[in-house]
Parts: sequence; C-alpha cells; structure tokens
Amino acid sequence: MSSDLWQVTWFTTWVAVTGTLVILPPGLALAWLLARRQWPGKSLVETLVALPLVIPPVATGLILLHLFGRRGLLGHWLEHTLGIEVVFTWKAVVIATAVMSFPLLVRTARVAFENVSPRVEHVARTLGAGPWRVFWTITLPLARPGVIAGAVLAFARALGEFGATVMVAGFIPGKTETLSLSIYHSVELGRDGEAAAFLAVSVALAFVAVWCSERLLRRTAA
Amino acid sequence: MSLEIARLRLPLASFALELDARLDAPVTGLFGASGAGKTSLLETVAGLRRPADGRISLDGTVLTDSAARIFRPPERRGVGFVPQDSALFTHLDVRANLCYSQRMRHPATPPGISYEHVCDVLNLGSLVARRIGSLSGGERQRVAFGRALLAAPRLLLLDEPLASLDRELKDQILPYLKLIRDEFKIPMLLVSHSADEMVALCDDVLVLERGRCVRRGPPAGLFVVSPRPHHELAKPDDPRPLVSGSD
Repeated sequence: MSSDLWQVTWFTTWVAVTGTLVILPPGLALAWLLARRQWPGKSLVETLVALPLVIPPVATGLILLHLFGRRGLLGHWLEHTLGIEVVFTWKAVVIATAVMSFPLLVRTARVAFENVSPRVEHVARTLGAGPWRVFWTITLPLARPGVIAGAVLAFARALGEFGATVMVAGFIPGKTETLSLSIYHSVELGRDGEAAAFLAVSVALAFVAVWCSERLLRRTAA
Repeated sequence: MSLEIARLRLPLASFALELDARLDAPVTGLFGASGAGKTSLLETVAGLRRPADGRISLDGTVLTDSAARIFRPPERRGVGFVPQDSALFTHLDVRANLCYSQRMRHPATPPGISYEHVCDVLNLGSLVARRIGSLSGGERQRVAFGRALLAAPRLLLLDEPLASLDRELKDQILPYLKLIRDEFKIPMLLVSHSADEMVALCDDVLVLERGRCVRRGPPAGLFVVSPRPHHELAKPDDPRPLVSGSD
C-alpha cells in the first residue's frame, strides 16, 4: 500500500509539473497578446480561455473526451498520423489538468503584464533593444511575481484536478491514478485509513507549493 | 545636427499635430501648455508613435517616411528618450540601468561615450550600487540622463525633465542639463511648459498650440525675462523684449 501511495504522489506531482510547463509558453504568449495588443477575435479568445473556469469540470472532460477519443477530431488524427493514443493514458491526465489550469495562468499573467508600464518598455526600445529583447529583459522580469503566482495557481489547480481527469483518463490504478482520484476511490471502498494517507499527502504538497511561491515572491520584492 | 520634419501629421484625441520644420540648433525647446502635442511630437521622433503622414529625417537618415513606407523602429534610430517620470528599470540596480544600453548595443556600433565619463559628469559614482526604489527624485532623473547618454544617441529627447521636481531640486538638476549639453555635445530636443527652462537651456524655441507651431525663435525674442524667478511668454504684439540679467 505504501508503495502505491508514493507512486500516486509521484505521478500526481509529475503530471502537475508537466501540465504547468506545457501551458507556460502558450499561456504567457497569450497573456501578453491580451495585455498589450488589439486584434480581431480578441474577446472571443478571452471568453474561450475562461470557459474551463465556469463550466463544470466534468463537462470540460466530456468535451476533451470527444476531441481526443478514437473517433474524435484530434484523437483520430493523432492515432493515425503519429500513432499516439491519448484517452485513458497519462497523456489524457496531463491534457485535462493543463486545460483546467490554463485560464488561471493566463488571467494572472495578463494582469502582471498589464501592470508593467509601457513607457518603461518604450525607453528600453530607444536604448537599442528590439521588441523580443524588451520582453525578456524588461517585461518578463518586471512581471515575474505575477507570472510565478500564476504558475503556482496553475500547479495547485492541476494537483487537485478531478472532474475532467476522471472523464478523459478514467481511474486506472498504476496508470492514471492521481491523488484526488485515489481519495475518492478509497472512500468509495470504505478504506478510510488509505483515504487519510492520500489526504495528508495532498495537503502537504499544496503546503509546500504555496510556501515556495511565497518565498519566491518575497525574494522578488526584496 | 539637423532634424527635418516635413508635412508631419499625427491625429490626436481632439486635434492633429501638424508640423513642418527644420531643427538644427544645439538645443531646441518645444514650449506650450500641457496637451499641446509636445510629448506626442517627441514620441513620433523617437519612433514610439507612427505618424499618419509625413517624413522625418535625422542628419540625412530617414526615420519615417509615410510616402515611401519607411518606418525605422525606435531601437535603430539612435534617438535617446528621457520621459517625464524617468521610467527607470526597477528590477535592476543603478549600475545595471546605466549599462542596459551597452548590453543592448549592436556589436558593430562604436563604443561612444564611456561609463566612467557619464558617472563623472553626472556625479553618479556613489549611486551605482543603489536600488532604484531608494533614489530621490533628483537622483532618479540623473540616472535617467546617464542611461540615455550611454546609448550614445545622435539626438536626445527630454520630456519635461524637471517638471516632477520641486523648485530647489530643479535648481540642482538644471546645471547637469547644461553640463550634458556642453560636455557631450549631443543635440537636444527639450519639452517644457516652463519659460525659465527655455531661457536657461535653449537656442531655438518652437511654441506649440493645439498641435501647431504658432511662433518660433531664440528664447530672447520670445520670452519676457523678469529679474527672477518667473519668465513668461511675451505677447505677440510686444516690442521685441530683451533678456536681462544672466542665465
């Protein structure tokens, strides 16, 4: 049992980290575009990105299931051209957590970018830095606390993700078994001791994540 | 230096900035009430705004030409810009702020003005290890000047460099502006709504009103100079006033 606990803990952490890393580049790019540029379809994209926050996670999971299922639009293509099966594998867990975390990262990072004065970026341009270098040397460092906060939120959301995951990845012991799925499963089987162990690990993980982010934020502010 | 602005048109909120001028004085002042289009003009020269129409060239290099569809981005203009709030990089210390332009400089460009020279002239030596948040208003402004100078610009744009400072600090910073002018010989375009600064620093002044140049000339011909401390714009029908006292 204890080996299971570690395996589940490791898998959950790995999925949450991977999911956060996967959404970081597109999430920051989108957050920047929303904060700094006007483009056609902007409000549509804004709404689409926010949807997973509002619709029930199970519904998001169902949409993903249809998209990535064998007969789904993306699933069919992935299986036939790349030979990748998604549904009911660890990949489905990563996709579910990534989609659910995405809005949190984008919204937080967007506010952080909006709070960087465009004038500071303008001055950097006149000092010889192109737009890309201004982003890396000025915008991103100044927005760092917000970006870190967004990434931690995304990670925390991924740790606890349940509804979408269970739809698109199911509960396959040793394959797609995350902490929140295990808690539910243990309670269902009446194994209260096991549930308590999973619960303790969940709380400990969340505690460490928040504590690390607070430390990082304080170091940035100092 | 010669900055040629031809048939420039930039629509603003309630009027359009329209200017046709050739500026070749060492220090040119842009004078006018707030909202007259002075800052917009600086931003257009710096490449931070794109004019609807017109052509701007600096010493023969075209910066903007709407007809030829040329728009040189700000990082390739060699035009330094010091905004009113100094816009220092708060995540870097003073030294890193000063060295930013050297880090960004294209490797092919000659070194230009040295770090030591700038620190010496602007008296920045004791500040280099400080954090931006710990600087006073006057210190911030000096660091902003230094940072702009180290990019070795061909033209320096200063937007109300003294406006955010109180009277006493103004008197402390003004000499530094004169030093910059005399020591580095970089031509300057100075925006202000203070006649005192125009008289103290400029060789040529353009008076802007709702986006148009309504009068132009050396400050001695434009301003009534009272014995201190306040100069004001002379009425157009005044007999040619004279500058009295020293600057």
